[in-house]
Amino acid sequence: MTDLYQKQRAMRAMRKAAMQRGVIAVLDVGSTKISCLILRFDGVNLNDESEGVGSIRGHSSFSVIGSATTASRGVGFGEVLSMREGERAIRTALQSAQKLANIRVDHVIACFSGGKPRSYGLAGEANVQNQVVSEQDIARVLSACDVPDYGDSREILHAQPVNFGLDDRSGLDDPRGQLGERLYTDVHMLTVDEKVIRDLAHCVKRCDLELAGVASSAYASAVSSLVEDEQELGAACIDIGGGATGVCVFLKKHMIYCDAVRLGGEHITRDVSMGLQVPIVTAERIKTINGGLFATGMDDRDMIEVRGDTGDWEHDRRLVSRTELIGIMRPRAEEILEEVRNHLDAAGFEHLPSQQIVLTGGSSLIPGLDGLASRILGQQVRLGRPLRIHRLPQAYSGPTCSSIVGLSLFAAHPQDEWWDFEMQPEGYPARSVKRAVRWFKENW
Amino acid sequence: MSQINSDRYAPFDPAPSLWSYRLLRLMLSPFLRRLIFYGIPVLLLIGVGLLNLTNEQRREQVLTAFNDLKMFVTERPEFMVNLMSLKGASVSVMQDIREVVPIDFPVSRFDLDLDHIRQIILGLGPVKDANVRVRSNGVLQVDVVERAPAFLWRRENGLEVLDETGIYVRTGASRLQHRDLPLIAGEGADSQVAQAQQLFEAAKPLRERLRGLVFIGERRWDVVLDNGQRLMLPEKNPVLALERLIAINQAEDLLERSVKVVDFRLQHRPTLQLRRRAMHEFKQTKLMQLGQIND
Ligand SMILES: Nc1ncnc2c1ncn2[C@@H]1O[C@H](COP(=O)(O)OP(=O)(O)O)[C@@H](O)[C@H]1O
Ligand SMILES: [Mg+2]
Repeated sequence: MTDLYQKQRAMRAMRKAAMQRGVIAVLDVGSTKISCLILRFDGVNLNDESEGVGSIRGHSSFSVIGSATTASRGVGFGEVLSMREGERAIRTALQSAQKLANIRVDHVIACFSGGKPRSYGLAGEANVQNQVVSEQDIARVLSACDVPDYGDSREILHAQPVNFGLDDRSGLDDPRGQLGERLYTDVHMLTVDEKVIRDLAHCVKRCDLELAGVASSAYASAVSSLVEDEQELGAACIDIGGGATGVCVFLKKHMIYCDAVRLGGEHITRDVSMGLQVPIVTAERIKTINGGLFATGMDDRDMIEVRGDTGDWEHDRRLVSRTELIGIMRPRAEEILEEVRNHLDAAGFEHLPSQQIVLTGGSSLIPGLDGLASRILGQQVRLGRPLRIHRLPQAYSGPTCSSIVGLSLFAAHPQDEWWDFEMQPEGYPARSVKRAVRWFKENW
Repeated sequence: MSQINSDRYAPFDPAPSLWSYRLLRLMLSPFLRRLIFYGIPVLLLIGVGLLNLTNEQRREQVLTAFNDLKMFVTERPEFMVNLMSLKGASVSVMQDIREVVPIDFPVSRFDLDLDHIRQIILGLGPVKDANVRVRSNGVLQVDVVERAPAFLWRRENGLEVLDETGIYVRTGASRLQHRDLPLIAGEGADSQVAQAQQLFEAAKPLRERLRGLVFIGERRWDVVLDNGQRLMLPEKNPVLALERLIAINQAEDLLERSVKVVDFRLQHRPTLQLRRRAMHEFKQTKLMQLGQIND
């Protein structure tokens, strides 16, 4: 625990140093592709106190000065599986981006989708010392939170205060300066396997860069593809990537739940490959060009030419109807969405005032996925694309890049986390996940 | 995203080797970049230059080459000045100017110091103002404003023509040549020309008889009329005194009489000095009136 606190604080210091230098790299380690953007910060405004509590301020305008994407190697389920391969792939992305930006970066903020993330809702209360709530009071109430036993091999990735209550008022964003006696807080804590962070840190270190922050890529995707009122009223961002699908629920502008399903587009590709007896590359091509999820009568006559190079002429020149392809893809897509639904149910998503579902990630490009999702997840489904950021290359405006764009926004304007306050957390008792939305239900 | 799709299953690994990556980062570090792209080339250039210049012969070569180049540019016909055109000056002044301006035409306009030439020309007495410039067709244009002669000043060793501020214009040959100029005399008269001018204005009614003004003892004026009459004016307010005198004259024809000197130095007690004969007659008359002539 202390260890983590120190590590996170070190990363914060690193981020500050990067801000002072004015350039920072952001790295999205996906299971399909690794992308890297280099951001230049124009002016760091350290006096901006507009939003949130805590010491991390400095919302600043930035622009993208370098970008690179490379195919992932040695990465699966959003985790680095093979250190050597993964390191080489990360190095490729970092090198091309630095070359393009024509600048050397020393700090990188990374995000990944794997590591079996688990959400916890923590609560804490403490007496206000001098009637007026001060920063110390906030630190105290945070350290009074009852941290559940999340396991030895796990590490806290995010721990964000999502709500403050003062006496009988709740839903406060920033209680500092308010009068009251007893201060309550709700903290959303996200843990992942420690090994995943360690592996990632090792790869980054081998590239001579310092890790200035880590984030969950589901969270990053949500930051970039949920619009402001969705973040405020409640929405879930489903980032369907290659090897993992991230689920992130936002409410009142805070992440209150985050999870990942270890299924993604690659599983669909593999199904196609097996079902049609074609190599993975061909299956990928067929999936992206001809794929779909709803068959119509016309699809029976829509014949897809399947090419192969086994040498067997008959086998290499087959025709497959699109209906057949859809029949292969659909069960897997349904499985992914069902899995997402289970997680959302566990999180108590139905209690939120608005149940907007936003689909993003590369596999959300499969035609008809939004229709399928609205059947499985609920009526309000839309496809999401990342926000535009300054001088972002056109190639990065698609849903495949929502996590890297979100990570850029996160790098520029990070959420206050637990470790941004002075004191260390102490206790450990467990609480249920639903606690994260309890305060909302009570106080809407 | 086609770019991403196309290399998704790339058959070869495009990853750079660790050392090439490190080299790239080294080359991208700001200090080294500046050193390599600016520092070293500039040092090299300076070094080569200095090495060359240590050789005496080389230095001479460089110098002559430089001079040749300079000549080549400055001696182009577009930059040559062939003649001087004078405007606004009388013939004698023109001659003077041509004499004092030491230019051997043709000359490059880069070698002309126009300001210096102007100062030389301004140094000439009769020149009040001068404007020197090079016209586009290779003519050195000098526009001169001459001083207008306003007074003739008689000094011990001759006549001088002064302008209205009392500055020397030229020497006058004889009074006859400058009959139109009012005459002044006396040491230091040139410093009081403004007052002289006022006096001449005031003396307009006496124009016919006025010969000139004499500055006495560097402090006050005498008005000299023909046949030797003299009006001695006070130091203070001489113009007023003169005007009063003229008023008296107009009323009483004072100056038509045989008065030699009207002494107005003490304003409240003007004194007349009569001519010798008149004095005699005056005495006779007086005596006659007194009946003392026992004729
Ligand atoms: N146009 C498309 N239609 C269907 N699937 C697509 C399309 N484009 C990309 N995909 C799928 O999206 C997945 C990659 O999504 P992405 O978000 O880039 O993954 P990751 O975040 O894991 O790197 C791949 O499995 C790919 O097959
Ligand atoms: Mg992704």
